[in-house]
Amino acid sequence: MKDSTTNVIICGTGGQGTLLASEVLCAAAMFQGFDVKKSEVHGMSQRGGSVSSHVRFGKKIYSPLVEKGTADLILAMEKMEGLRWAPFLAPGGRIVSCDLEINPMTVQTGAAEYPDIDALIREQGIPCHSIKAMEAAEELGNPKVVNMVLLGAIAPHMPIDEENWTKAIQECVPHKALEANLRAFARGREL
Amino acid sequence: MRHRKLNVVTEGQLLLSGNEAVARGAWEAGTHFAAAYPGTPSTEILETIAEEYPEIDAQWAPNEKVALEVAAGASFGGARVLSAMKHVGLNVAADPLFTLSYIGATGGIVIVSADDPGMHSSQNEQDNRLMGRAAKVVILEPSDSQEARDMVIEGMRISEDFDTPVLLRMTTRVCHSKSVVKVGPRVEIPVSGYRADIMKRVPIPAHARKMHSRVVKRLDDLSAWSSESSLNRIEPGDPSRGIITSGVSYQYVKEVSPEASILKIGMSNPLPWNLIEKFLGMVEKVVFVEEGEPYLEERIRSRFLNPAIGKDIVPLEGELSPDVVRHALHPGTSKPVTWYPVDLPGRPPVLCPGCPHRGAFYCLSKLKASSTGDIGCYTLGLMPPHNALETTVCMGASIGVLSGLEKAVGRGGYGKLVAAIGESTFVHSGITGLIDMVYNGNTGTVMIMDNSLTAMTGGQHNPTTGSRLNGQPSPVLDLENLCRACGVQHVKVVDPHDLKEMEKTLKEELAREELSVIITRRPCVMCYRPAKKVHAVSDTEKCVSCRQCMKLGCPAISWGDGHPVISSLLCWPKCNLCVQVCPVGALSKDMEGQE
Repeated sequence: MKDSTTNVIICGTGGQGTLLASEVLCAAAMFQGFDVKKSEVHGMSQRGGSVSSHVRFGKKIYSPLVEKGTADLILAMEKMEGLRWAPFLAPGGRIVSCDLEINPMTVQTGAAEYPDIDALIREQGIPCHSIKAMEAAEELGNPKVVNMVLLGAIAPHMPIDEENWTKAIQECVPHKALEANLRAFARGREL
Repeated sequence: MRHRKLNVVTEGQLLLSGNEAVARGAWEAGTHFAAAYPGTPSTEILETIAEEYPEIDAQWAPNEKVALEVAAGASFGGARVLSAMKHVGLNVAADPLFTLSYIGATGGIVIVSADDPGMHSSQNEQDNRLMGRAAKVVILEPSDSQEARDMVIEGMRISEDFDTPVLLRMTTRVCHSKSVVKVGPRVEIPVSGYRADIMKRVPIPAHARKMHSRVVKRLDDLSAWSSESSLNRIEPGDPSRGIITSGVSYQYVKEVSPEASILKIGMSNPLPWNLIEKFLGMVEKVVFVEEGEPYLEERIRSRFLNPAIGKDIVPLEGELSPDVVRHALHPGTSKPVTWYPVDLPGRPPVLCPGCPHRGAFYCLSKLKASSTGDIGCYTLGLMPPHNALETTVCMGASIGVLSGLEKAVGRGGYGKLVAAIGESTFVHSGITGLIDMVYNGNTGTVMIMDNSLTAMTGGQHNPTTGSRLNGQPSPVLDLENLCRACGVQHVKVVDPHDLKEMEKTLKEELAREELSVIITRRPCVMCYRPAKKVHAVSDTEKCVSCRQCMKLGCPAISWGDGHPVISSLLCWPKCNLCVQVCPVGALSKDMEGQE
């Protein structure tokens, strides 16, 4: 078992399943035998705003919040949201991002432009792995499972065994959606 | 709304949020009754109780004051009770709280105050330890989910043993963080029954003077008891600097100063003076690390005249975090930040696609009118492109503010304003404002935005929805007749998505020189899932690029290449707003079979 603490930030926009993804990661880490804490903010984020969840696991966890400069991984359900959290990355950490762009209202109305996120990431040389998760979810016939595809994609980088991931998904996902979520997770592992 | 069962880790352990842990603790403590009004970050406490723990009779009240009064009554009957609210909710419940402190508890009383440092979803960041102290009640401060569960159980015991209400002071990071909790079974305690006791429960001055003496003695007894209790503890470490801390700040201190000597305060009123004195004798210097007001700092420093520091280095405003605490305790040792922040467009929340409020705000905006606002999703009416909300004070204040403006500057002085208030907020504390308008001869317009749901907090029932917390049907409060009974002569009901009618109604009522109420009625999109997946389509041939559709501020419509682009994923099947606003018929929708 990894002795040190693993810090993950999962971010996205309201309605993308960010909180379910962090719930599954949390449960999986717990089944693996780690002490776990996670923190998120509900409320205003439900109306299409930015959503984020901090997940920390290891031998003994105190703070439920990840400290700046210490995140091993940022899992972004949306491109710009991933870049927003970049200052939290530890040296050697990286962003795993869905290649999806969702316009905030200011961009939709033309008051602002959606930035060229890829260029901004290249400019700083931030390690970022972009994943066509939406495409994969749509191929599976359900764009809603994009969060599980992305979770599957980070699974090989987490010190968590396959069986604990499966157990966590079974525990967290409603029964009727279980099959679709497990398939999405498996698909993500291949990406 | 919660829809998930609680996660089981292993036998006897659950992964719980602080709010879920409060619900669990209440259940284990044998609590019989719970009442609350929803408010972030406290809402899930009652939702969890309703979903997971049917042994507790739980209900939404119209507001926090009523919730606490009903809980008090149940306690008088010998039931163990819990009442939960957000921090500003305790202001509403302050009246019963302050006197309930004198009366005490028959069945145990635990009141949860969920404070919101950093104001993630609140209008202020008041620190309710100050309220609890002013009310002379016990305050317990959990620092994680395990302590939240433990302190509800211990709180019930303290409440009954010392005859006092107990305030469980949570914060957003405790309410909405999850961690592993060791749990136990429920202890069944019979409801002891009601016995009249006027000396105890009727605080006429002659009684209340005696009650106050008892309260003062109670605090002394509790302080002595608390110094011996495991609620507070000294964690010895490096004696050169001792840190006094409470709540989630304790976790941040442990994270960044594992070597420090720590006094962790779990009961922050009354304070464990003996234990504090002992700790001060163990360390050379003292630092207070607490979120919000310098509550511990001021009380402890003034009693012991200790030259400690606290708010000199720990911010008073906003939330603490491990970064902030590290910067305060170990300046210059922050973790190196490799990647710098980029200036990106913000992503504030917006009204959902299909939101009934959109039609009302679009029309206000079109008429160059605006509103005195209130607390709910519709506070978002202040955002562009609507820009149709100009004030917010507290629950229900839209109405009083509109009346006051009329008193100061007259209808002509404030121009085209209506009071915009949701139906749940109106029932919470708008009704008295409306009665005041009638009584004192105001002539403005109140717009009750009735979406049949307490929506901002995630979709809860209220007296207008026809359902209770447990899903049982209830009578539906008749808003039209309520307003008429208050004395309002002109009450109109309009579908806010019928833009023509909405605009006409607003125009008429804004021009009327008498008091009127407009009820905009259409259910929240969270109330139902439409069966048919119909979405609007845009005909670029017909489009004249007038951008009228963009004035709706709908998340499903974006502007690309000189024309609107409709997201089929986001477009709400039962909404027809863009089709109505397009002057050339470029937006259309198959609306058949919709209703």
